[in-house]
Amino acid sequence: MEFIAEFFRQIADDYPRWNFIWMYQPVQQGKILSGIWMTIKLSLACLALSMVIGVLGAFAQGSRNVILRSIVQGYIQFFRNTPPYVQLLFFYFALGQFTPTFSPDGWLEVPIISNVGWAIISLSFFAGAFNVEIFRAGIEAVPESTREAAESLGFSRSQSYRYVVLPLALRVSLPALNNNLVNLVKTTTQAFGIAVPELLYQSVTIWNDYPSALYPTMLLVFIVYVVLVGILVMSMSKWESSMRIPGYGS
Amino acid sequence: MAEWTEKDPIVSIRDVHKYFGDLQVLKGVSLDVMKGEVVCIIGPSGSGKSTLIRCVNALNDIQGGVIKVRGIDLTDPKLDKLALRKRVGMVFQQYNLFPHKTAMENIMMAPMLVLKEQEEDVRQRARELMKKVRLEGKEDAYPGELSGGQQQRVAIARSLAMSPDVMLFDEVTAALDPETVKEVLVTIKDLAQEGMTCILVTHEMGFAREIADHIYFTDNGVIVEHGPPATFFHEAKDPRTKEFLSQIL
Ligand SMILES: Nc1ncnc2c1ncn2[C@@H]1O[C@H](COP(=O)(O)OP(=O)(O)OP(=O)(O)O)[C@@H](O)[C@H]1O
Ligand SMILES: [Mg+2]
Repeated sequence: MEFIAEFFRQIADDYPRWNFIWMYQPVQQGKILSGIWMTIKLSLACLALSMVIGVLGAFAQGSRNVILRSIVQGYIQFFRNTPPYVQLLFFYFALGQFTPTFSPDGWLEVPIISNVGWAIISLSFFAGAFNVEIFRAGIEAVPESTREAAESLGFSRSQSYRYVVLPLALRVSLPALNNNLVNLVKTTTQAFGIAVPELLYQSVTIWNDYPSALYPTMLLVFIVYVVLVGILVMSMSKWESSMRIPGYGS
Repeated sequence: MAEWTEKDPIVSIRDVHKYFGDLQVLKGVSLDVMKGEVVCIIGPSGSGKSTLIRCVNALNDIQGGVIKVRGIDLTDPKLDKLALRKRVGMVFQQYNLFPHKTAMENIMMAPMLVLKEQEEDVRQRARELMKKVRLEGKEDAYPGELSGGQQQRVAIARSLAMSPDVMLFDEVTAALDPETVKEVLVTIKDLAQEGMTCILVTHEMGFAREIADHIYFTDNGVIVEHGPPATFFHEAKDPRTKEFLSQIL
């Protein structure tokens, strides 16, 4: 291990623009690792929450209740047609003011929703709006006659949605869902704007302190995202093939 | 409301009117089916046959008249659709199986989810039903791996798994190859002989003649003529019936 650190220290000495500082300095290394970990946590939380929003939203869109449908429609329009970065700032700075605070030590007033919390909420709602549309398109691809078969067997609307419509819709939706989730993982970098200590945030603090580390750190950020998105795409295609039905579709 | 007894029609359709928007599709249709009876509905395309039988399990609502199934009034605003659908099974022209479920799962889903029966009991019954529709060995096949005729027999088994009192068949052989039509008709015939009450929309005249207790001919939203097969096919009086029969026989 010492030998690797020594190697990168040597490079930094020989080529001043290529200071891989986080390869030999434990403090910087800790920042990078915690940044990656935060990015992963942020991504997973947003993926899960945005999918839940997508599924529930698409179900609500099929409801007979006009008010519910228009709420969902309004939600989609707002989040789809405004910049996610502005949404994030709005959630954190505007809504954040109205959230109650609590005091863990009787001294400091801490808002119950942290900046990480707001980032998760705001990004999930952003991606969720697209997921609703994606799932709805999938649901519309399920033939009315299949739904009628479930209905005529006595399935309730939610049973039919859960056991018949959604599983079929999901298969149709996967390619579009794939794209949206990849975008979501990349969009988590915007949490930087409200000081969520994710990978980009940590990287920027490093290259502000050590301009010589700019190139290597940027390179690292790119590589980490390529790997993270690669893992996501791979698991999605695993999922897709595990859901393939013999004799159905292509 | 008087309790339903076996002496009453199990399906009673009284002066039913049905509109799709401004289009009137049923114009005062009345028809009774007794328990154990097999009734065939025939008629030209667009005459409202599908619409009529879809009304019997409330897939379509009606704008006038009354439909009762085993005493359950379908026009009651507080209609318990679940109670109705336990009683009425329906088989469609396009089978409409759940493509992501195996044959067995297709059959087992409704009894488990809707009737909340134990999985083991349902599995046992589903096996017997697969045998009954002559599909042993295909239990784990997905619909996409079955022929049209096989899929249709799974669809019949799926409806039977709910132990309905009445079965509705809407041109269930219309989408099939001529060779596979027979295997489905045999299945339906078995059912009819076991005393299942059946309402069939069909273009298979030979079959209708063979198994029907009563045949109804519809045209343009009304029942033009009806009777038992013997008289219906030989003594049709209405010119529309005669023309239809001459074209199809
Ligand atoms: N959901 C609907 N909305 C509007 N019109 C409909 C609908 N379903 C059926 N119709 C119309 O109602 C009429 C009767 O249709 P129906 O399907 O009952 O005929 P059918 O006798 O079953 O014909 P076929 O032998 O072709 O199946 C047709 O004119 C059809 O266009
Ligand atoms: Mg029809």
